[in-house]
Amino acid sequence: MMRHLISAADLTRDDAVLILDTAEEMARVADRPIRKLPTLRGRTICNLFFEDSTRTRISFEAAEKRLSADVINFTAKGSSVSKGESLKDTAQTLEAMGVDAVVIRHSASGAPYRLATSGWIDAPVVNAGDGTHQHPTQALLDAFTMRRRLVGRDAGLGRDLAGKRITLVGDVLHSRVARSNVDLLHTLGAEVTLVAPPTLVPVGVETWPCEVSYDLDRVLPKSDAVMMLRVQRERMNAAFFPTEREYSRRYGLDGDRMAKMPEHAIVMHPGPMVRGMEITAEVADSDRCTVVEQVANGVSIRMAVLYLLLGGNDSAVTHTRTEENK
Amino acid sequence: MSKILIRGAQVLGGEVQDVLVDGETIEQVGTDLSAEGATVIEAQGQILLPGLVDLHTHLREPGREDSETVLTGTRAAASGGFTAVFAMANTHPVADTAGVVEQVYRLGKESGYCDVQPIGAVTVGLEGKKLAELGAMHDSAAGVTVFSDDGKCVDDAVIMRRALEYVKAFGGVVAQHAQEPRLTEGAQMNEGIVSAELGLGGWPAVAEESIIARDVLLAEHVGSRVHICHLSTAGSVEIVRWAKSRGIDVTAEVTPHHLLLTDELVRSYDPVYKVNPPLRTEKDVLALREALADGTIDIVATDHAPHPHEDKDCEWAAAAMGMVGLETALSVVQQTMVETGLLDWAGVADRMSFAPARIGRAKGHGRPVSAGEPANLTLVDPAYRGVVDPADFASRSRNTPYEGRELPGRVTHTFLRGRATVVDGKLA
Repeated sequence: MMRHLISAADLTRDDAVLILDTAEEMARVADRPIRKLPTLRGRTICNLFFEDSTRTRISFEAAEKRLSADVINFTAKGSSVSKGESLKDTAQTLEAMGVDAVVIRHSASGAPYRLATSGWIDAPVVNAGDGTHQHPTQALLDAFTMRRRLVGRDAGLGRDLAGKRITLVGDVLHSRVARSNVDLLHTLGAEVTLVAPPTLVPVGVETWPCEVSYDLDRVLPKSDAVMMLRVQRERMNAAFFPTEREYSRRYGLDGDRMAKMPEHAIVMHPGPMVRGMEITAEVADSDRCTVVEQVANGVSIRMAVLYLLLGGNDSAVTHTRTEENK
Repeated sequence: MSKILIRGAQVLGGEVQDVLVDGETIEQVGTDLSAEGATVIEAQGQILLPGLVDLHTHLREPGREDSETVLTGTRAAASGGFTAVFAMANTHPVADTAGVVEQVYRLGKESGYCDVQPIGAVTVGLEGKKLAELGAMHDSAAGVTVFSDDGKCVDDAVIMRRALEYVKAFGGVVAQHAQEPRLTEGAQMNEGIVSAELGLGGWPAVAEESIIARDVLLAEHVGSRVHICHLSTAGSVEIVRWAKSRGIDVTAEVTPHHLLLTDELVRSYDPVYKVNPPLRTEKDVLALREALADGTIDIVATDHAPHPHEDKDCEWAAAAMGMVGLETALSVVQQTMVETGLLDWAGVADRMSFAPARIGRAKGHGRPVSAGEPANLTLVDPAYRGVVDPADFASRSRNTPYEGRELPGRVTHTFLRGRATVVDGKLA
């Protein structure tokens, strides 16, 4: 395993499968009366959030607490610059207080990479989303959800997503979720198709290991999973598309469109959803939609990542079983 | 001032000759010149060039003396073999009045390391709205002939047209920082394959090329000359080549870093590679080298842009744009142009001295190495190989993209009107 988790592209197939398998072990903890492992007792993890994200922070915090780590939450609205203190100084201050790992969320693409590689601090760094670059734990929890639903909870152990057809729809240009998913799903053997209006696909996408389509209706029948990406309201005034309604008509997922998907296919969304924009309530609330599962799986995945980065030499399985035997 | 005999250097990379300097002037160029009464500099194996001229330097004074001053910047310039630099106008306050340009001019005189020719802002406060008093700056003691809002583009077509026309009255030239502002909102790096992966806002080539296309057509329409700062794309080269073929009076510059570095380096997210215009692709680099060789691009200009450490020791988005370049420019040109066979040393003399002095009307600079000319000279040891260590810089700032990189060549001596500013590679 690597020392940091910065980008989904850094994960090998075996790394990724190990994380998914470990997360399955972690998920069992959630089914027990006491949802806690002693694994990271005495270790301190700092959640360094320079960008608002209650969901992701809470998910990491839950994962850290279930592993018995001590948790420090540092939330700074806006950029380090506007605060007057630099990222470097903030990180060094926290490390001086004895932090064993840093989970960082930052609006600047590359901030976690800088933190991990600039020599400012020694602690392992976990990227909890940086600008429009990467969000690797999101991609892992998405892959975990797909593997459970499309391969099977037990049948999936040790396996990847070879041959699965995954479609991502929406604002690819500004999406770290899309970038992370393309990288990880490709590593896991899936076939990825991006669907978006041409204005929301980055120049340079042609080198990505995926297909690009502008026509959602043609892609849906050939999809095992369809992931809808949020379209932020601030894009409305920047001429990426004419109106919200037109976007919704061409790229939104409603009941009629969902019916074009194969029977077994699932609908995913990283949240928060904009109901009525990229997804209708009918789809969001249907059995095929895995939004709530994704949230639950996020905790298991983050436990697995933190465990593997910090947990030392013992395998998670041993820890889990020891705990179970008590 | 005593006599100096530079013995056995290859003048402009050609014939081996002795050059005798007496006072501020080259007295004699020939073979086996008498050393009587002269300090002798043994220059065998070295190249003697006319003192280098940089048409694009940021000296930061007044306003940002924490990153550079006229004194430290001119010391850096002398170390790099320059005898004249043109100081960009984006200081604080902006060099948009006779008062500010005269201040910078005076500070240059006092420094004594190289001549400083201030550039005046085109518009008041670099805001692109109202012409600055261009005539007053020209008529001042600083004698400004080059005007630029560099750092910002003169994007209003009417303002640009008027500026091009207006400076004709006194032989001035507008140096355009070509960057269409709307296309580069939030731009962080070259828009392409790397920006798509890194999730950094793209600075598309078309934002540069569209302005250059407009401005060469404006220059043609009003019969003015126009200079394009830091060309960075293959497409810009094509437009300038076309404009020149039409007889449009356009000149263009390229920076050393755009001749060597590409946007692949941004994968490190190290802001030392953050610069405006951004590092482009290998294809662009090769097109720029070829254009500099064939004369489509007239000159090399450093765009020396000092920044304090804290403005680069941070996340990419928070970092300042720019790199220091005065002390590495000639080495980079040697590596990218001379050692690739694209340009000989006479060509380097043209692109880094004769042509920039001509474009900027720098008096006494960019002159031939011959008897009777001002003794502005640079002696280079091309066989030298060294690793760049920013701690060695004379510049107050250290934001070089070449740290740890081996570069060829070293300036051993620089002479400003017969006085050595650099001796044996060290500031005098």
